[in-house]
Amino acid sequence: MAELKKTEIGTFLAKQGILIAFAAFMIGFALANQRFIELDNVFGVIRSSAILGVMALGVTFVVIGGNLDLSVGSMMSFSTIVVLDLHDKLGPGLAILAMFGLTLALGAFIGFLVGYLKLNSLIVTLGMLSAIHGLTLTWSGGKNMDIANKSGTWFAVFGQERIMGIPVPILIFALLAVVLSLLLSKTPFGRKVYAVGGNGQAATFSGIPRARVVFMTYLVSAFCVATAGLLQASRSMGSQNTVGQGMELEVLAAVILGGASLMGGAGTVFKTVIGVLILGFIQNGLLLVGLDFYVQYIVTWIIIILAVWLDVAAKRGRLWSPIA
Amino acid sequence: MTPQDRKDLFKRGAIWAFILVELAFFSIVGDAISVSDKAFMNVDNMLLLLKQSAPIGIIALGMTIIMINGNIDLSVGATFALAAIVLLDSMTWPFMQSLGNWAIPLAWVFALLTGVALGAINGLIVWKTGVDAFIVTLASMLGFRGLVFMYNGEQPTSHLNWTLVDFAEAQFLGLHTATWFLLGTVLILWLVMTKTVHGRNAYAIGNNREAAVNAGIRVGPHFLLNFMLIGFLAALSAVVFYSESGSVNPNDGMLYELWAITAVVLGGTKLAGGYGSIISTLGGVIAIQLLRKGLGHIGADTQTVNLVIGLILIAVLILDRQLNRKGQEELKI
Amino acid sequence: MSDQTPVLRLEGIVKTFPGVRALDGVSFSVLPGEVHALMGENGAGKSTLMKVLGGIHAPNEGQIFIAEEPTVMTSPMQAKAKGVVFIHQELSLADELSVAENIFLGELPLKGLGRVDWAKLYADTDAILQTLNVGFDARTRVGDLSIANQQMVEIGRALTVDPRAVIFDEPTASLTDAEKVVLFEVIADLQSRGVGIVYISHRMEEIFKITDRISVLRDGQYRGTLNTAETDEDEVTQLMIGRSLDLSRNESHHQMGDIALEVRGLGCGSLFQDVSFAVRKGEVLGFYGLVGAGRTEIAETIFGLRTPSAGQILLDGQEVHISSPIDALRLGISLVPEDRKSQGLVLSMNCRDNMTLPQVDDLTAGPFVSDGAEVAIFDQYRDKLDIRTPGWRQIVGNLSGGNQQKIVIGKWLSMRPEVLIVDEPTRGIDVGSKSEIHNLIRDLAAQGFAVIVISSEMPEVLHVSDRIVAMHSGRVMREFTSDEVTEDNLIQAISGITEKIA
Repeated sequence: MAELKKTEIGTFLAKQGILIAFAAFMIGFALANQRFIELDNVFGVIRSSAILGVMALGVTFVVIGGNLDLSVGSMMSFSTIVVLDLHDKLGPGLAILAMFGLTLALGAFIGFLVGYLKLNSLIVTLGMLSAIHGLTLTWSGGKNMDIANKSGTWFAVFGQERIMGIPVPILIFALLAVVLSLLLSKTPFGRKVYAVGGNGQAATFSGIPRARVVFMTYLVSAFCVATAGLLQASRSMGSQNTVGQGMELEVLAAVILGGASLMGGAGTVFKTVIGVLILGFIQNGLLLVGLDFYVQYIVTWIIIILAVWLDVAAKRGRLWSPIA
Repeated sequence: MTPQDRKDLFKRGAIWAFILVELAFFSIVGDAISVSDKAFMNVDNMLLLLKQSAPIGIIALGMTIIMINGNIDLSVGATFALAAIVLLDSMTWPFMQSLGNWAIPLAWVFALLTGVALGAINGLIVWKTGVDAFIVTLASMLGFRGLVFMYNGEQPTSHLNWTLVDFAEAQFLGLHTATWFLLGTVLILWLVMTKTVHGRNAYAIGNNREAAVNAGIRVGPHFLLNFMLIGFLAALSAVVFYSESGSVNPNDGMLYELWAITAVVLGGTKLAGGYGSIISTLGGVIAIQLLRKGLGHIGADTQTVNLVIGLILIAVLILDRQLNRKGQEELKI
Repeated sequence: MSDQTPVLRLEGIVKTFPGVRALDGVSFSVLPGEVHALMGENGAGKSTLMKVLGGIHAPNEGQIFIAEEPTVMTSPMQAKAKGVVFIHQELSLADELSVAENIFLGELPLKGLGRVDWAKLYADTDAILQTLNVGFDARTRVGDLSIANQQMVEIGRALTVDPRAVIFDEPTASLTDAEKVVLFEVIADLQSRGVGIVYISHRMEEIFKITDRISVLRDGQYRGTLNTAETDEDEVTQLMIGRSLDLSRNESHHQMGDIALEVRGLGCGSLFQDVSFAVRKGEVLGFYGLVGAGRTEIAETIFGLRTPSAGQILLDGQEVHISSPIDALRLGISLVPEDRKSQGLVLSMNCRDNMTLPQVDDLTAGPFVSDGAEVAIFDQYRDKLDIRTPGWRQIVGNLSGGNQQKIVIGKWLSMRPEVLIVDEPTRGIDVGSKSEIHNLIRDLAAQGFAVIVISSEMPEVLHVSDRIVAMHSGRVMREFTSDEVTEDNLIQAISGITEKIA
């Protein structure tokens, strides 16, 4: 019976481990440096995590649906460049609309390839990472994009303003997290995403249109990317072509840290938010206690491995892998 | 010749046929629109192409073995950067400077050992924790990059050793040093994968891991060895590249993993493991480099290269799927 | 034979897992040149016993003897080195590699510098292939071989050592009759060389044809060994299930309604051709045939998972076009698929969500799924089908096979279908649940459902069906009413012996 109890503890740790680790981190950093839990600092951290976070929300859908999306970083650069470029040509409102339309079209293209043509999502999105990067460079001619008249537009509201004292990026991140969390956990569509990722064949046998569901997850992802691009563009009012480069893997790291399984069928929006916050607060906390910025990379590395290891170990009921 | 043989030949030949099409296309179009006064197919141009293929190429060759094994390595770019830093920085160490030119081979050894050690870390974690290689190496991509920054912050690390530069720029039998390294790696790995027990077991493990385990193949140490190998090759790639350039930025090597994987997939290696070839990966590497140079030759913007490579990768995937369709009788799942 | 030294002997093997006593004092022995059948229901402990023999699980108690030498097994490779070899039911081959590399997997001959000695490899392989008398050579890629030939490769693996005992685990599961003959010849050849054979199978005909003795396991316990020549199927079944399973012939003749589903001249490429039948409301139509006869494929075509190449499907007399399961569900056709785990359930989801999956779009309150409506459906079918689970939150993967199957059946019943197709309704579930599911199927018909049951178990088909369609290699051979059918004429029909009777 002792054995049973041990696995129960293991399962509990695996299920809640990420929350426990998060709490432990927060307490530890708070004790080390008072400033860590001051409202200003907390807002600062969440605000700077918001862009990564918004992207991670979308990727959560894709991953639970059993696929990967490595193109989000490059797609975010695209959104940012496009909206900045169009801003001066069409004005902010139309620019935002056009940018969302174009980004969703890219998402639809990926969704079509992965959902309807059933191509391997890792390779498709790897190809799209490159292709969209090329598209961005072609659009911008390789030059940085800037809004000409930075003070004469309301465009900055998304990235720079506060509403009731709360920075707008945080509000947008929070709002999107709540809406997407409801979409995933409470609606028929969300249920289908879990079914398709958990067992695609059984989902098909249950009359679930697998291709359409996968397609939709990429649309959700593209919508989030467009939002992230908007936040990025509005915050900086100008951008390089490579602003999102490398973010795809950081986003994926946050999603995995939140406990979504790369095999599909497991994960929640809430846990992804926790994953994002952990990455953000670790970065901030380590800086506040006086460590150099690169330490966060190393700590993140260790945390991701430990988190996933714990999860895998709880599932198989033993710590070390049975591989000979 | 059975239909299967024919299909196999087609699959293996496809990448080389694609290279020929590229060559023909760029020569003819280049001539027709004559943006460049030089012919595309000239020897110097082709030699340069091989040389430029070397850094990604050497990594892609290692990635082929990892992927045949059924794993993946996303941390090679960071390994590349760290090995480069060790290479350049170690030559400035006091005791190294007293060694004169003997410092060069020693610096190489340090760099290569760095790569092997980083690979061993990945391999050990994959082996002992049983966490998927995708996640392990995704995490160590961040971790290793952290080690890179630890070395010199955001400052570049530079050290130009002229003996080393001369060596790197040397040509032997017309081929550049980097090309020799690339071809040597191809030859050795080809022998390993086709002639040795280790290579054949790599296919067996990727093809049917459970069967391999049941047959007593020690999968864990096998993985470890292959991760050490790709670490070594990432470092070798750095040695080849930075011997000449002499300066490394902490962000160097970023996205190399993705380029390497692109080349490997273009060469026909299966992501699921168990199928693939070293020679075809060389084809994939050359095809990509040819595309870069060719598009430049016909006057296309360099930015189009990314677009074209991405779309070609997807096209290859669609083609592969069409070839493997079972037709109308298939279950629609 | 009894004075011979057993090649392999197990004594009092006990293996426990947390909460389960998977093997409880199992003993039996295999003599040289003997074919010894090991029988038992699914879950009786056969596979655990194999894992203990192969050194994958260490027994808690008991001893294994090889040629009367007490031996501790540590791995399948070590077992092989001791002369105990396994031929697995699921082929474990690397199909991109050659026959030779597969046969010597894990033990490729070396010649310095880690190189493979190809000449020796091919020569050794050819020698083995010669004894197996097969028509392919050592260099063939395994993926290009037929299933039967792949099985021969698997057997070839056993012959790289001089085996003392060879354990066959359901070797004929996917073989045709002609291929079985070849397999039995190989077994006879091994026998004549003094090798002891352990033969695990569910198929009584085979057991009585080729084995010398039969040992039976039930619930992890050893139930006895019988001499094949002195026993019969009834006695073995009794031992296996502890009581006789009620598999009396279906005698009920209740009222049937109109034709619910009719299929005319349906075909799908080479899978099946010219299939016609009809099923009435209140009727159970059985489909019987060997694996690969095309039964499952017909069901999948009716359910919209395959595109028919010919023929018509009529529902209530109207021709319908079904191009996806969504169409089938809308028209009132449900399919309980053959493979519960890969096709029937999302194992990582809970009981309720699995059961309501096909109709989740209709169970909404506003934009959200209505908890109450879902739980109501789950409760209703949990009671109706007597599903034993601590609650709807239970993850389906943690349930027993029988309860999982009931969740799948509940899922489709709750769609209130007009036509219910059930493919292998009792595969891999325990005897108790089996008869419950049989009764359930009869009840459904009595309530007016049109039910099609596909099964590979003859007693089951005879027990539940009002009429039986016999299939052989993609064609309907004959249709029987429950009055005309006998075991003999059914076997003849599915073996393709009788001419097709339209």
